Amino acid sequence: MVGLEHYLTVAAALFVIGIFGIFLNRKNIIIILMSIELILLSVNINLVAFSSFLNDLVGQVFTMFVLTVAAAEAAIGLAILVCFFRNRGTIDVEDVNVMKG
Amino acid sequence: MGIADITFYAFAITLLGAGFLVTIARNPVHSVLWLILTFLSAAGMFVLLGAEFMAMLLIIVYVGAVAVLFLFVVMMLDVNFAALRGEMARYFPLAAVVGIVLLMQMALLFGSWQEADGARALRQAPTPDMAEMHNTKALGMIIYDQYFLLFQVAGLILLVAMIGAIVLTLRHRKDVKRQDVVAQMHRDPAKAMELKDIKPGQGLG
Repeated sequence: MVGLEHYLTVAAALFVIGIFGIFLNRKNIIIILMSIELILLSVNINLVAFSSFLNDLVGQVFTMFVLTVAAAEAAIGLAILVCFFRNRGTIDVEDVNVMKG
Repeated sequence: MGIADITFYAFAITLLGAGFLVTIARNPVHSVLWLILTFLSAAGMFVLLGAEFMAMLLIIVYVGAVAVLFLFVVMMLDVNFAALRGEMARYFPLAAVVGIVLLMQMALLFGSWQEADGARALRQAPTPDMAEMHNTKALGMIIYDQYFLLFQVAGLILLVAMIGAIVLTLRHRKDVKRQDVVAQMHRDPAKAMELKDIKPGQGLG
């Protein structure tokens, strides 16, 4: 019988994969943004799992808000990326030092 | 092991495998495709959990919008991804250490937590019986009632994100001819053209 712990384990593993991806692809900001999406997805799995096993719908409501913020974040992040690429011709994160004081 | 358990394990393994391949895929386009598979597996798990509306929302918003946006940007930008990947081997030990430490910290919590006695009594919106009301309707009853302000704020966040993305990426190109409606409307026919009466056999000369 699959219980709450199974879902929490999957979510925790996905969270760790997301963190791992951020550290592994330090230069490629597109993969970093995708890793952030993975992290947010793991949070969503946690919320929905608790919502389902505790029979409380509020978890799913908050999943929707997390989804909204994730979509907005992806849109803004990619817009900044396109803007940066136009100005610098690269997306290497280590070159992002224009605003260095 | 019932069919539901087998389905859960299939979705879980697909989810984690695809999630891992997102981070290590050689080609960013493949990364996005693995990301889509991850979202689809997560949607399957949500269906197993009885959250059908969230599952459909995940497919529509994440697969239909976010992943396509990523795909669009990856294909639009002419980036030398091979150069960006060069130092991946250098970062691998650090990434592995961070990942293993995090995983061990979460494993320490596993099984050592327990539900508080009064936790069930604190539920804000107990899920109604499936026969009485389906998931989407039950969610709608809560969102448009108790969480209406948060719902509006979420819409505002999306509006701000939309305007922000447009402002960031819009650029006015100088080398393209554009229609100037005001100049068109203020054009006077009397000044714009001239009628000439040309005699037969003569040129305009």
